[in-house]
Amino acid sequence: MTILPSKFGSYGGRYVPETLMPALEQLEAEFTRARDDRAFQQKLNGLLVDYAGRPTPITYASRLSERLGGARIYLKREDLAHTGAHKINNALGQALLAQRMGKRRIIAETGAGQHGVASATACALLGLECAVYMGEVDMARQAPNVFRMRLLGAEVRPVSSGSRTLKDAINEAIRDWVTNVETTHYLLGSALGPHPYPTMVREFQKVIGREARTQMLAKTGRTPDAAVACVGGGSNAIGLFSGFLDDPDVALIGVEAGGEGIAGGKHASRFSDPERSRLGVLHGTHTFVLQTPDGQIAETHSVSAGLDYAAVGPEHAHLRDLGRAEYTVATDAEALAAFSLLSTLEGIIPALESAHAVAEAVRRAPKMKPDQILLICLSGRGDKDLDTVTPLLASPPSLKPSPVSLANGEGKSGGTGRRKSERK
Amino acid sequence: MPLAEIKLAFQRKPAFMPYLPVGYPTLADSIDALEALGKNGADLIEVGIPFSDPLADGPVIQQATHTALENGVTLGSVFDALRELRRRGVAIPLILMGYYNPIFRRGLEAFRRDALAAGADGVIVPDLPPEESGELEQALGGDFPCIRMLAPTTSADRAQKICASAKGFLYLVSVTGVTGARDKVSAGLPEFIARVRGAVPQGLPLCVGFGIASPAQAAEVGRIADGVIVGSACVRALGEAQQPKLAAANLARAFRAALKGIGP
Repeated sequence: MTILPSKFGSYGGRYVPETLMPALEQLEAEFTRARDDRAFQQKLNGLLVDYAGRPTPITYASRLSERLGGARIYLKREDLAHTGAHKINNALGQALLAQRMGKRRIIAETGAGQHGVASATACALLGLECAVYMGEVDMARQAPNVFRMRLLGAEVRPVSSGSRTLKDAINEAIRDWVTNVETTHYLLGSALGPHPYPTMVREFQKVIGREARTQMLAKTGRTPDAAVACVGGGSNAIGLFSGFLDDPDVALIGVEAGGEGIAGGKHASRFSDPERSRLGVLHGTHTFVLQTPDGQIAETHSVSAGLDYAAVGPEHAHLRDLGRAEYTVATDAEALAAFSLLSTLEGIIPALESAHAVAEAVRRAPKMKPDQILLICLSGRGDKDLDTVTPLLASPPSLKPSPVSLANGEGKSGGTGRRKSERK
Repeated sequence: MPLAEIKLAFQRKPAFMPYLPVGYPTLADSIDALEALGKNGADLIEVGIPFSDPLADGPVIQQATHTALENGVTLGSVFDALRELRRRGVAIPLILMGYYNPIFRRGLEAFRRDALAAGADGVIVPDLPPEESGELEQALGGDFPCIRMLAPTTSADRAQKICASAKGFLYLVSVTGVTGARDKVSAGLPEFIARVRGAVPQGLPLCVGFGIASPAQAAEVGRIADGVIVGSACVRALGEAQQPKLAAANLARAFRAALKGIGP
């Protein structure tokens, strides 16, 4: 029996080796106690305010709104949180929880590096030992974050198995956890994995939606008409969405990585490819998983390391079933164009992950009315992506994508210079 | 009847249960090696279904199953391999061992039908704890067991619940960790086995796996357990052999000899 519901509709659950079941039970019990413990909440909130820099502001993107025509666009600035992304909210919460459970060692996995940096940061702050698993492909495309993690005192462990990306880093983190479960907390970075992680991570990320709603009401006197966020595992999106779930007039839109396009299969969209995405089980959770007809986990592709994952958080699958949230895709090319557009028009360089949400706004805003409001969760900043982006954007100073072509969903396809499939 | 077959296999105690994935080092070699194990001392065999993300496995099995996938092995070819083993006269229980996603993807009813038709006697799914195994167990029916696992971290309360409705045998994970050979048998194993014996229904065999590398270690475990499971050591021996079939036969004979007459 679990204390909290272990599933969202039919999604979620706890599909893990028996060795981990007691640790998940302990984590759930401790999380539930901490959630109701005023001292814990005060400590966490204190860190979020004084250390992580919350609340993060809401910025009106005036030049982007003007350029696109249509809706007024606002940005929830998670890029301004300490370490440069929303990941710090969850990392601080779970690190405090680990401390509460008497666990002195933290393991984490990271794709884009942001969660690894956030985990390493929280561990440095609280004096915990930290090991971060990262696929070799991701280490190459996110070299600055690898350096940051090491500088923060974390050990970065390269993962050379499988596709050498996030999926394989999670496998290795779970293997480490199975081996060291009595002394170690697995600080999982997104709203996925076995129960209680999807619920717990959502609770730690709820601060995004809670703040955003209050700030929108204060700034505009109303809730937005649409709230848009990128979805890899889906933690920034679930954090934003949770603030507006009870506002039926707010359309919730999650944007998955369309990679080089759905048709060719080189993408990470779990909701838009009925051929490759089926219900399944990956890393402890029952959800939509990109897989082969024989049930092997498929290789994925995205220009953005943080969205390059074969499964989607179970609560997103449930919100989609309910019709409460809608899920779209942005291709690599669209995300790159949006990356440049936001940089040149607003002076804000978004993470490539967040650029997928911006790309959706670029498509959607022109179709909306001027009195309507579109809120984008800018989940992180793009400094970490410069090495990836530089060779892909031919000539940055002259690159000013036409909003018309963006609105039509056109853009340069292919040629992202990313890895090819490693497996024959 | 699969359950009855499994029960018979434990008449000889301790039972020897090697593990090999289908498709390693090649598909043909793996079938030959499984046959050799079956005819040279194994009492049951764990037949591995390769999976792309085997998160309970250590490097040896991880690499072997990766190779098997590169060799084009699918769940369908695992069933073909079972049929071939039966055709060659391997009569002992064959227990499938694989992660949940390929089984789920095939469809639970289809899995049962195809597994039974191919000659399987049970299935072990390391990422399917009892809390999530209801659908599969229902599809498998009363006679085709989904083998339950216990770990050193499992509490007494939890062990009681897991044991109460277990079928076939119980799989005791000897170490807190992933599969792979260890230098020594875990010091806490006797206490762990004794604890489980108190909770287990009369006559349900306790088999110990994970970390058992040599015939001597197998004998040490076999004095207190009803069965001994050898995975990574078996995979490694075959991977290094010029003639996998011969290596499998020698390995089975060596373990069989070490286990002779020492049951609990």
